[in-house]
Amino acid sequence: MARQEELLACVIARLIADARHVAVGAASPIPATACELLRAQGKPIRVTRLHKRQGNPFTEGSRELFDLAGQGRIDYFFLGGAQIDGEANINLVRAEGRRFPGSFGSAFMYFTCRTILFREEHSRRVLVPKVEFVSAPGWSAPEVARRGGPVALLTGKALFGWDRERRRFRLDSVHAPHTPAEVRESTGFEFDAGSAVPTPQPSDEELALLRGNVAARIAPDYPEFAQRIWGK
Amino acid sequence: MALPPDYSLPSMALVHALIRRKARNLRLLGVPVLGLSADLLIGAGCVAEVHSSAVSLGEAGLAPRFSEAAERGDIKVVDYTCPAVHTALQATEKGVPFMPLRGVIGSDLTRERSDWQIAQNPFTTAKDPILLVSAIVPDVALFHARWGDEAGNVWVGRRRELATIAHAARNAYVTVEEIRKGDMLEDELLAPGVISSVYISAIAQAVRGAAPLGVADLYAIDDAHLAMYAKRARSREGFNEYLDEFIWQGRKSSLPA
Repeated sequence: MARQEELLACVIARLIADARHVAVGAASPIPATACELLRAQGKPIRVTRLHKRQGNPFTEGSRELFDLAGQGRIDYFFLGGAQIDGEANINLVRAEGRRFPGSFGSAFMYFTCRTILFREEHSRRVLVPKVEFVSAPGWSAPEVARRGGPVALLTGKALFGWDRERRRFRLDSVHAPHTPAEVRESTGFEFDAGSAVPTPQPSDEELALLRGNVAARIAPDYPEFAQRIWGK
Repeated sequence: MALPPDYSLPSMALVHALIRRKARNLRLLGVPVLGLSADLLIGAGCVAEVHSSAVSLGEAGLAPRFSEAAERGDIKVVDYTCPAVHTALQATEKGVPFMPLRGVIGSDLTRERSDWQIAQNPFTTAKDPILLVSAIVPDVALFHARWGDEAGNVWVGRRRELATIAHAARNAYVTVEEIRKGDMLEDELLAPGVISSVYISAIAQAVRGAAPLGVADLYAIDDAHLAMYAKRARSREGFNEYLDEFIWQGRKSSLPA
Protein backbone atom coordinates (compact mmCIF):
# COMPACT_ATOMS: atom_id res chain seq x y z
CA MET A 1 0.00 0.00 0.00
CA ALA A 2 1.38 3.40 -0.97
CA ARG A 3 1.64 6.18 1.56
CA GLN A 4 -0.23 9.41 0.79
CA GLU A 5 3.08 11.23 0.16
CA GLU A 6 4.04 8.59 -2.42
CA LEU A 7 0.65 8.87 -4.12
CA LEU A 8 0.95 12.67 -4.28
CA ALA A 9 4.48 12.46 -5.70
CA CYS A 10 3.23 10.12 -8.45
CA VAL A 11 0.35 12.49 -9.29
CA ILE A 12 2.78 15.41 -9.57
CA ALA A 13 5.18 13.35 -11.70
CA ARG A 14 2.36 12.71 -14.21
CA LEU A 15 1.42 16.41 -14.25
CA ILE A 16 4.95 17.58 -15.05
CA ALA A 17 6.06 14.65 -17.22
CA ASP A 18 6.90 16.97 -20.16
CA ALA A 19 9.17 19.22 -18.07
CA ARG A 20 12.74 20.02 -19.08
CA HIS A 21 13.56 22.20 -16.05
CA VAL A 22 11.73 22.32 -12.70
CA ALA A 23 12.57 24.42 -9.64
CA VAL A 24 11.56 23.22 -6.19
CA GLY A 25 11.82 24.98 -2.83
CA ALA A 26 13.00 24.06 0.63
CA ALA A 27 9.52 23.26 1.91
CA SER A 28 8.68 21.03 -1.06
CA PRO A 29 9.85 17.46 -0.37
CA ILE A 30 6.90 15.90 -2.23
CA PRO A 31 7.45 17.92 -5.46
CA ALA A 32 11.18 17.17 -5.16
CA THR A 33 10.30 13.46 -4.86
CA ALA A 34 8.16 13.72 -8.02
CA CYS A 35 11.10 15.22 -9.94
CA GLU A 36 13.47 12.50 -8.74
CA LEU A 37 10.91 9.86 -9.76
CA LEU A 38 10.89 11.24 -13.31
CA ARG A 39 14.70 11.16 -13.36
CA ALA A 40 14.68 7.59 -12.03
CA GLN A 41 12.30 6.72 -14.90
CA GLY A 42 14.95 7.97 -17.32
CA LYS A 43 13.42 11.37 -18.19
CA PRO A 44 16.17 13.93 -18.92
CA ILE A 45 14.79 16.56 -16.55
CA ARG A 46 16.86 19.27 -14.86
CA VAL A 47 15.87 19.86 -11.24
CA THR A 48 16.97 23.05 -9.53
CA ARG A 49 16.62 22.67 -5.78
CA LEU A 50 16.51 26.03 -4.05
CA HIS A 51 18.34 26.38 -0.73
CA LYS A 52 20.23 23.13 -1.04
CA ARG A 53 22.03 22.38 2.19
CA GLN A 54 25.33 21.81 0.36
CA GLY A 55 26.15 24.10 -2.54
CA ASN A 56 23.40 25.59 -4.68
CA PRO A 57 22.78 25.98 -8.40
CA PHE A 58 23.27 29.75 -8.61
CA THR A 59 26.42 31.81 -8.92
CA GLU A 60 24.70 35.19 -9.34
CA GLY A 61 22.86 35.09 -6.02
CA SER A 62 19.24 34.24 -5.41
CA ARG A 63 18.07 36.69 -8.08
CA GLU A 64 19.34 34.24 -10.71
CA LEU A 65 16.28 32.05 -10.06
CA PHE A 66 13.99 34.93 -11.04
CA ASP A 67 16.14 35.87 -14.02
CA LEU A 68 15.94 32.26 -15.25
CA ALA A 69 12.18 32.20 -14.76
CA GLY A 70 11.77 35.62 -16.38
CA GLN A 71 13.45 34.31 -19.52
CA GLY A 72 11.24 31.22 -19.61
CA ARG A 73 14.02 28.80 -18.68
CA ILE A 74 12.00 27.15 -15.90
CA ASP A 75 8.99 25.12 -17.02
CA TYR A 76 7.28 24.24 -13.75
CA PHE A 77 7.14 25.67 -10.25
CA PHE A 78 5.09 24.85 -7.15
CA LEU A 79 3.14 27.27 -4.99
CA GLY A 80 0.97 26.82 -1.91
CA GLY A 81 -1.05 29.27 0.12
CA ALA A 82 -2.55 29.99 3.50
CA GLN A 83 -5.65 30.48 1.34
CA ILE A 84 -6.41 29.47 -2.26
CA ASP A 85 -9.66 30.50 -3.94
CA GLY A 86 -11.80 29.27 -6.82
CA GLU A 87 -10.16 31.71 -9.26
CA ALA A 88 -6.74 30.25 -8.34
CA ASN A 89 -5.66 33.38 -6.46
CA ILE A 90 -3.24 32.56 -3.65
CA ASN A 91 -2.70 34.31 -0.31
CA LEU A 92 0.54 33.96 1.64
CA VAL A 93 0.21 37.16 3.68
CA ARG A 94 -2.67 37.22 6.16
CA ALA A 95 -5.92 35.42 6.98
CA GLU A 96 -8.41 35.54 9.84
CA GLY A 97 -6.29 38.02 11.77
CA ARG A 98 -3.17 35.89 11.50
CA ARG A 99 0.02 37.05 9.83
CA PHE A 100 1.84 34.56 7.59
CA PRO A 101 5.45 34.85 6.37
CA GLY A 102 4.74 36.71 3.11
CA SER A 103 4.47 36.35 -0.64
CA PHE A 104 8.07 35.26 -1.39
CA GLY A 105 8.55 35.14 -5.18
CA SER A 106 4.97 34.05 -5.93
CA ALA A 107 3.82 37.29 -7.59
CA PHE A 108 6.52 36.75 -10.22
CA MET A 109 6.90 32.98 -10.48
CA TYR A 110 3.13 32.46 -11.02
CA PHE A 111 3.41 34.65 -14.14
CA THR A 112 6.50 32.98 -15.54
CA CYS A 113 6.14 29.22 -14.85
CA ARG A 114 3.45 26.63 -15.34
CA THR A 115 2.45 26.23 -11.72
CA ILE A 116 1.18 23.31 -9.68
CA LEU A 117 -0.73 24.62 -6.66
CA PHE A 118 0.00 22.17 -3.89
CA ARG A 119 -1.41 22.18 -0.38
CA GLU A 120 -1.96 18.96 1.58
CA GLU A 121 -4.58 20.45 3.90
CA HIS A 122 -7.93 20.30 2.12
CA SER A 123 -10.42 22.28 4.18
CA ARG A 124 -12.79 25.22 3.95
CA ARG A 125 -10.23 27.17 5.97
CA VAL A 126 -7.68 26.88 3.12
CA LEU A 127 -9.89 26.51 0.01
CA VAL A 128 -11.96 29.67 0.34
CA PRO A 129 -14.48 31.48 -1.89
CA LYS A 130 -12.24 34.58 -2.02
CA VAL A 131 -8.74 35.08 -0.59
CA GLU A 132 -8.34 37.94 1.91
CA PHE A 133 -5.14 39.11 0.19
CA VAL A 134 -4.00 38.36 -3.35
CA SER A 135 -0.29 37.54 -3.15
CA ALA A 136 -0.42 36.33 -6.75
CA PRO A 137 -3.47 36.33 -9.05
CA GLY A 138 -4.70 33.13 -10.72
CA TRP A 139 -5.39 34.83 -14.03
CA SER A 140 -4.64 38.12 -15.77
CA ALA A 141 -6.30 40.36 -18.33
CA PRO A 142 -5.27 39.47 -21.92
CA GLU A 143 -2.99 42.51 -22.29
CA VAL A 144 -0.85 41.52 -19.27
CA ALA A 145 2.26 39.59 -20.33
CA ARG A 146 1.98 36.19 -18.73
CA ARG A 147 3.59 32.96 -19.84
CA GLY A 148 2.76 30.92 -16.74
CA GLY A 149 -0.16 30.27 -14.44
CA PRO A 150 -2.06 27.49 -12.73
CA VAL A 151 -2.08 24.00 -14.24
CA ALA A 152 -3.70 22.10 -11.39
CA LEU A 153 -4.47 22.20 -7.68
CA LEU A 154 -3.39 19.11 -5.77
CA THR A 155 -4.45 18.51 -2.15
CA GLY A 156 -4.38 15.60 0.26
CA LYS A 157 -7.86 14.62 -0.92
CA ALA A 158 -8.12 15.46 -4.62
CA LEU A 159 -6.69 16.73 -7.89
CA PHE A 160 -8.39 19.68 -9.58
CA GLY A 161 -7.57 20.66 -13.15
CA TRP A 162 -7.67 24.36 -14.07
CA ASP A 163 -9.93 25.51 -16.90
CA ARG A 164 -8.19 28.62 -18.18
CA GLU A 165 -11.08 29.78 -20.37
CA ARG A 166 -13.72 29.42 -17.69
CA ARG A 167 -11.39 30.42 -14.81
CA ARG A 168 -12.64 27.53 -12.73
CA PHE A 169 -11.32 24.38 -11.16
CA ARG A 170 -12.63 21.00 -12.26
CA LEU A 171 -12.53 17.93 -9.99
CA ASP A 172 -10.40 15.48 -11.99
CA SER A 173 -9.72 12.80 -9.40
CA VAL A 174 -10.21 11.92 -5.74
CA HIS A 175 -7.68 10.01 -3.61
CA ALA A 176 -9.10 6.92 -1.87
CA PRO A 177 -10.58 6.65 0.72
CA HIS A 178 -11.95 10.17 0.15
CA THR A 179 -15.13 10.65 -1.91
CA PRO A 180 -16.38 13.38 -4.28
CA ALA A 181 -19.10 14.25 -1.76
CA GLU A 182 -16.49 14.70 0.97
CA VAL A 183 -14.37 16.86 -1.35
CA ARG A 184 -17.34 19.11 -2.09
CA GLU A 185 -18.10 19.32 1.62
CA SER A 186 -14.54 20.40 2.52
CA THR A 187 -14.05 22.88 -0.37
CA GLY A 188 -15.09 26.50 0.20
CA PHE A 189 -15.22 27.49 -3.48
CA GLU A 190 -17.43 26.41 -6.38
CA PHE A 191 -15.92 24.05 -8.94
CA ASP A 192 -17.00 21.94 -11.91
CA ALA A 193 -17.86 18.29 -11.27
CA GLY A 194 -15.34 16.87 -13.76
CA SER A 195 -14.69 13.16 -14.08
CA ALA A 196 -13.87 12.80 -10.35
CA VAL A 197 -12.41 9.32 -10.92
CA PRO A 198 -10.38 7.61 -8.20
CA THR A 199 -6.76 8.86 -8.33
CA PRO A 200 -4.62 6.00 -9.72
CA GLN A 201 -2.51 4.33 -7.05
CA PRO A 202 1.27 4.19 -7.66
CA SER A 203 2.30 1.13 -9.66
CA ASP A 204 4.65 -1.50 -8.22
CA GLU A 205 7.40 -0.10 -10.48
CA GLU A 206 6.84 3.44 -9.21
CA LEU A 207 6.86 2.28 -5.59
CA ALA A 208 10.07 0.30 -6.11
CA LEU A 209 11.79 3.37 -7.58
CA LEU A 210 10.46 5.67 -4.84
CA ARG A 211 11.66 3.40 -2.06
CA GLY A 212 15.03 2.78 -3.71
CA ASN A 213 16.94 5.35 -5.78
CA VAL A 214 14.50 8.20 -5.20
CA ALA A 215 14.57 7.92 -1.39
CA ALA A 216 18.38 7.88 -1.47
CA ARG A 217 18.48 11.07 -3.57
CA ILE A 218 15.91 12.90 -1.43
CA ALA A 219 17.43 12.09 1.97
CA PRO A 220 20.40 14.53 1.90
CA ASP A 221 18.27 17.66 1.34
CA TYR A 222 15.08 16.58 3.11
CA PRO A 223 16.36 14.38 5.96
CA GLU A 224 13.30 14.65 8.19
CA PHE A 225 10.95 13.77 5.32
CA ALA A 226 13.00 10.79 4.10
CA GLN A 227 13.22 9.44 7.64
CA ARG A 228 9.47 9.77 8.19
CA ILE A 229 8.37 8.25 4.88
CA TRP A 230 11.01 5.65 4.14
CA GLY A 231 13.01 5.30 7.36
CA LYS A 232 16.15 6.50 5.50
CA MET B 1 19.10 48.62 6.98
CA ALA B 2 19.45 45.85 4.40
CA LEU B 3 19.89 42.30 5.68
CA PRO B 4 20.34 38.97 3.88
CA PRO B 5 18.23 35.85 4.52
CA ASP B 6 19.25 33.17 6.99
CA TYR B 7 20.84 31.07 4.22
CA SER B 8 23.01 33.88 2.87
CA LEU B 9 25.55 34.96 5.49
CA PRO B 10 23.68 37.10 8.00
CA SER B 11 25.94 38.69 10.62
CA MET B 12 24.44 37.45 13.85
CA ALA B 13 27.39 39.09 15.65
CA LEU B 14 26.15 42.52 14.46
CA VAL B 15 22.51 41.67 15.19
CA HIS B 16 23.46 40.77 18.77
CA ALA B 17 25.51 43.98 19.06
CA LEU B 18 22.54 46.10 17.90
CA ILE B 19 20.30 44.44 20.49
CA ARG B 20 22.87 45.03 23.24
CA ARG B 21 23.17 48.69 22.17
CA LYS B 22 19.37 48.94 22.37
CA ALA B 23 19.04 50.21 18.81
CA ARG B 24 15.57 51.65 18.12
CA ASN B 25 13.33 52.53 15.16
CA LEU B 26 15.26 50.49 12.60
CA ARG B 27 13.68 50.03 9.18
CA LEU B 28 14.66 46.60 7.92
CA LEU B 29 14.88 45.59 4.26
CA GLY B 30 14.89 41.84 3.57
CA VAL B 31 16.99 40.96 0.53
CA PRO B 32 14.75 39.35 -0.43
CA VAL B 33 13.48 37.62 2.75
CA LEU B 34 14.33 37.64 6.45
CA GLY B 35 14.54 35.10 9.24
CA LEU B 36 16.15 34.76 12.65
CA SER B 37 18.06 38.06 12.54
CA ALA B 38 14.87 40.05 11.94
CA ASP B 39 12.84 38.08 14.48
CA LEU B 40 15.46 38.78 17.18
CA LEU B 41 15.62 42.50 16.37
CA ILE B 42 11.82 42.78 16.30
CA GLY B 43 11.41 40.90 19.58
CA ALA B 44 14.05 43.07 21.24
CA GLY B 45 12.13 46.23 20.29
CA CYS B 46 14.71 47.52 17.79
CA VAL B 47 12.41 47.68 14.75
CA ALA B 48 9.80 50.13 13.50
CA GLU B 49 9.29 48.84 9.94
CA VAL B 50 9.91 45.64 8.00
CA HIS B 51 10.10 45.75 4.20
CA SER B 52 10.43 42.18 2.96
CA SER B 53 9.06 39.43 0.72
CA ALA B 54 8.70 37.18 3.75
CA VAL B 55 9.85 36.69 7.33
CA SER B 56 10.11 33.04 8.33
CA LEU B 57 12.33 30.58 10.17
CA GLY B 58 12.22 28.16 7.23
CA GLU B 59 11.84 24.58 8.38
CA ALA B 60 11.53 25.75 12.00
CA GLY B 61 8.25 27.45 11.02
CA LEU B 62 6.78 30.93 11.47
CA ALA B 63 8.90 33.75 12.88
CA PRO B 64 7.03 34.20 16.17
CA ARG B 65 8.11 37.72 17.22
CA PHE B 66 7.48 39.04 13.69
CA SER B 67 4.05 37.41 13.49
CA GLU B 68 2.92 38.78 16.86
CA ALA B 69 4.27 42.29 16.21
CA ALA B 70 2.59 42.37 12.77
CA GLU B 71 -0.73 41.06 14.12
CA ARG B 72 -0.71 43.60 16.97
CA GLY B 73 0.28 46.46 14.68
CA ASP B 74 3.45 47.13 16.68
CA ILE B 75 5.50 47.31 13.48
CA LYS B 76 4.70 48.55 10.00
CA VAL B 77 5.05 45.81 7.38
CA VAL B 78 5.55 46.61 3.71
CA ASP B 79 5.15 43.43 1.67
CA TYR B 80 7.35 42.79 -1.37
CA THR B 81 7.88 39.92 -3.75
CA CYS B 82 11.46 38.64 -4.04
CA PRO B 83 12.44 39.82 -7.53
CA ALA B 84 11.04 43.30 -6.80
CA VAL B 85 13.62 43.70 -4.01
CA HIS B 86 16.44 42.55 -6.28
CA THR B 87 15.22 44.85 -9.07
CA ALA B 88 14.97 47.89 -6.77
CA LEU B 89 18.55 47.35 -5.59
CA GLN B 90 19.83 46.69 -9.12
CA ALA B 91 18.36 50.07 -10.14
CA THR B 92 20.46 51.69 -7.41
CA GLU B 93 23.55 49.74 -8.55
CA LYS B 94 23.12 51.29 -11.98
CA GLY B 95 22.25 54.75 -10.71
CA VAL B 96 18.85 54.80 -12.42
CA PRO B 97 15.64 55.86 -10.64
CA PHE B 98 13.56 52.75 -11.41
CA MET B 99 13.56 49.47 -13.29
CA PRO B 100 10.76 47.47 -14.93
CA LEU B 101 9.73 44.02 -13.73
CA ARG B 102 7.35 41.54 -15.33
CA GLY B 103 4.57 39.85 -13.39
CA VAL B 104 3.07 41.20 -10.14
CA ILE B 105 0.23 43.14 -11.86
CA GLY B 106 -3.05 42.18 -10.21
CA SER B 107 -1.39 41.29 -6.92
CA ASP B 108 -2.56 43.22 -3.84
CA LEU B 109 1.14 43.96 -3.29
CA THR B 110 0.79 46.80 -5.80
CA ARG B 111 -1.97 48.57 -3.85
CA GLU B 112 -1.37 51.87 -2.08
CA ARG B 113 2.30 52.10 -2.96
CA SER B 114 3.89 55.31 -4.10
CA ASP B 115 7.16 53.51 -4.93
CA TRP B 116 5.67 51.20 -7.58
CA GLN B 117 3.79 52.21 -10.72
CA ILE B 118 2.24 50.37 -13.60
CA ALA B 119 3.17 51.98 -16.93
CA GLN B 120 2.71 51.29 -20.61
CA ASN B 121 5.73 49.78 -22.40
CA PRO B 122 6.83 52.77 -24.54
CA PHE B 123 8.40 50.55 -27.22
CA THR B 124 5.20 49.01 -28.54
CA THR B 125 1.88 50.30 -29.82
CA ALA B 126 0.12 47.23 -28.39
CA LYS B 127 -1.26 47.47 -24.88
CA ASP B 128 1.52 46.19 -22.60
CA PRO B 129 1.35 47.26 -18.95
CA ILE B 130 4.50 46.68 -16.91
CA LEU B 131 5.46 47.31 -13.30
CA LEU B 132 8.08 49.98 -12.54
CA VAL B 133 9.87 49.55 -9.23
CA SER B 134 11.65 52.60 -7.83
CA ALA B 135 15.23 52.28 -6.66
CA ILE B 136 15.96 51.53 -3.01
CA VAL B 137 19.05 53.06 -1.38
CA PRO B 138 19.66 51.39 1.99
CA ASP B 139 21.54 53.53 4.49
CA VAL B 140 23.37 50.49 5.76
CA ALA B 141 23.97 46.89 4.72
CA LEU B 142 25.07 44.36 7.34
CA PHE B 143 26.34 40.88 6.54
CA HIS B 144 28.99 38.31 7.31
CA ALA B 145 31.72 36.87 5.06
CA ARG B 146 34.22 34.07 5.06
CA TRP B 147 37.23 36.35 4.57
CA GLY B 148 38.28 39.96 4.65
CA ASP B 149 41.74 41.12 3.56
CA GLU B 150 44.27 43.84 4.29
CA ALA B 151 43.05 45.78 1.23
CA GLY B 152 39.55 46.00 2.72
CA ASN B 153 37.88 43.53 0.32
CA VAL B 154 35.56 40.76 1.45
CA TRP B 155 34.98 37.31 -0.07
CA VAL B 156 31.40 35.99 -0.19
CA GLY B 157 31.84 33.28 -2.82
CA ARG B 158 28.68 32.57 -4.76
CA ARG B 159 26.45 34.62 -2.43
CA ARG B 160 26.36 37.41 -4.98
CA GLU B 161 23.14 38.95 -3.64
CA LEU B 162 25.46 40.35 -0.96
CA ALA B 163 27.36 42.17 -3.69
CA THR B 164 24.12 43.74 -4.89
CA ILE B 165 23.32 44.88 -1.34
CA ALA B 166 26.81 46.30 -0.86
CA HIS B 167 26.74 48.08 -4.23
CA ALA B 168 23.38 49.69 -3.45
CA ALA B 169 23.86 50.65 0.21
CA ARG B 170 25.50 53.90 1.31
CA ASN B 171 27.50 51.93 3.89
CA ALA B 172 28.29 48.24 4.14
CA TYR B 173 29.58 46.88 7.45
CA VAL B 174 30.84 43.33 7.30
CA THR B 175 31.97 40.84 9.90
CA VAL B 176 34.39 38.16 8.70
CA GLU B 177 35.60 34.79 9.92
CA GLU B 178 39.21 35.58 9.11
CA ILE B 179 41.35 38.46 7.84
CA ARG B 180 43.83 37.42 5.17
CA LYS B 181 47.08 39.08 4.26
CA GLY B 182 47.33 40.84 0.90
CA ASP B 183 44.67 41.64 -1.71
CA MET B 184 42.21 38.93 -2.81
CA LEU B 185 41.51 40.80 -6.08
CA GLU B 186 45.06 39.84 -7.14
CA ASP B 187 44.09 36.16 -6.94
CA GLU B 188 42.38 34.91 -10.12
CA LEU B 189 40.54 32.11 -8.29
CA LEU B 190 39.28 34.20 -5.37
CA ALA B 191 38.49 37.41 -7.27
CA PRO B 192 35.06 36.35 -8.70
CA GLY B 193 33.75 35.84 -5.15
CA VAL B 194 35.11 39.16 -3.88
CA ILE B 195 33.24 42.39 -3.11
CA SER B 196 35.70 45.21 -3.71
CA SER B 197 36.67 47.55 -0.87
CA VAL B 198 35.11 50.36 -2.95
CA TYR B 199 31.78 49.28 -1.49
CA ILE B 200 32.86 48.26 2.02
CA SER B 201 32.79 50.81 4.86
CA ALA B 202 34.37 48.67 7.56
CA ILE B 203 35.29 45.10 8.41
CA ALA B 204 35.53 43.47 11.82
CA GLN B 205 36.60 39.95 12.63
CA ALA B 206 33.90 37.84 14.31
CA VAL B 207 34.75 34.15 14.47
CA ARG B 208 31.55 32.09 14.04
CA GLY B 209 29.86 35.44 13.42
CA ALA B 210 26.93 33.87 11.55
CA ALA B 211 26.15 31.18 14.15
CA PRO B 212 23.65 29.64 14.82
CA LEU B 213 23.27 30.12 11.07
CA GLY B 214 25.92 28.78 8.73
CA VAL B 215 28.95 29.59 6.60
CA ALA B 216 29.51 27.20 3.66
CA ASP B 217 32.27 24.65 4.29
CA LEU B 218 32.93 25.99 7.82
CA TYR B 219 29.84 25.38 9.92
CA ALA B 220 26.25 24.46 9.08
CA ILE B 221 22.97 25.98 10.24
CA ASP B 222 22.24 24.66 13.73
CA ASP B 223 18.75 23.27 13.08
CA ALA B 224 18.30 22.22 16.70
CA HIS B 225 19.04 25.77 17.88
CA LEU B 226 16.54 27.23 15.41
CA ALA B 227 13.86 24.75 16.51
CA MET B 228 14.60 25.61 20.16
CA TYR B 229 14.37 29.34 19.38
CA ALA B 230 11.10 28.89 17.46
CA LYS B 231 9.59 27.10 20.45
CA ARG B 232 10.80 29.51 23.13
CA ALA B 233 10.04 32.68 21.18
CA ARG B 234 6.37 31.75 20.89
CA SER B 235 5.88 33.58 24.20
CA ARG B 236 7.29 36.94 25.21
CA GLU B 237 8.67 35.34 28.41
CA GLY B 238 10.38 32.54 26.50
CA PHE B 239 11.89 35.08 24.10
CA ASN B 240 13.24 37.19 26.96
CA GLU B 241 14.82 34.10 28.50
CA TYR B 242 16.46 33.38 25.16
CA LEU B 243 17.84 36.94 25.02
CA ASP B 244 19.19 36.62 28.57
CA GLU B 245 20.84 33.32 27.82
CA PHE B 246 22.31 33.98 24.39
CA ILE B 247 22.71 37.75 24.06
CA TRP B 248 22.90 39.56 27.40
CA GLN B 249 24.83 36.80 29.17
CA GLY B 250 27.04 36.34 26.16
CA ARG B 251 28.38 39.86 26.64
CA LYS B 252 29.85 38.94 30.00
CA SER B 253 31.50 35.78 28.73
CA SER B 254 32.87 35.18 25.25
CA LEU B 255 31.83 38.11 23.10
CA PRO B 256 34.14 41.12 22.86
CA ALA B 257 32.90 44.32 24.47
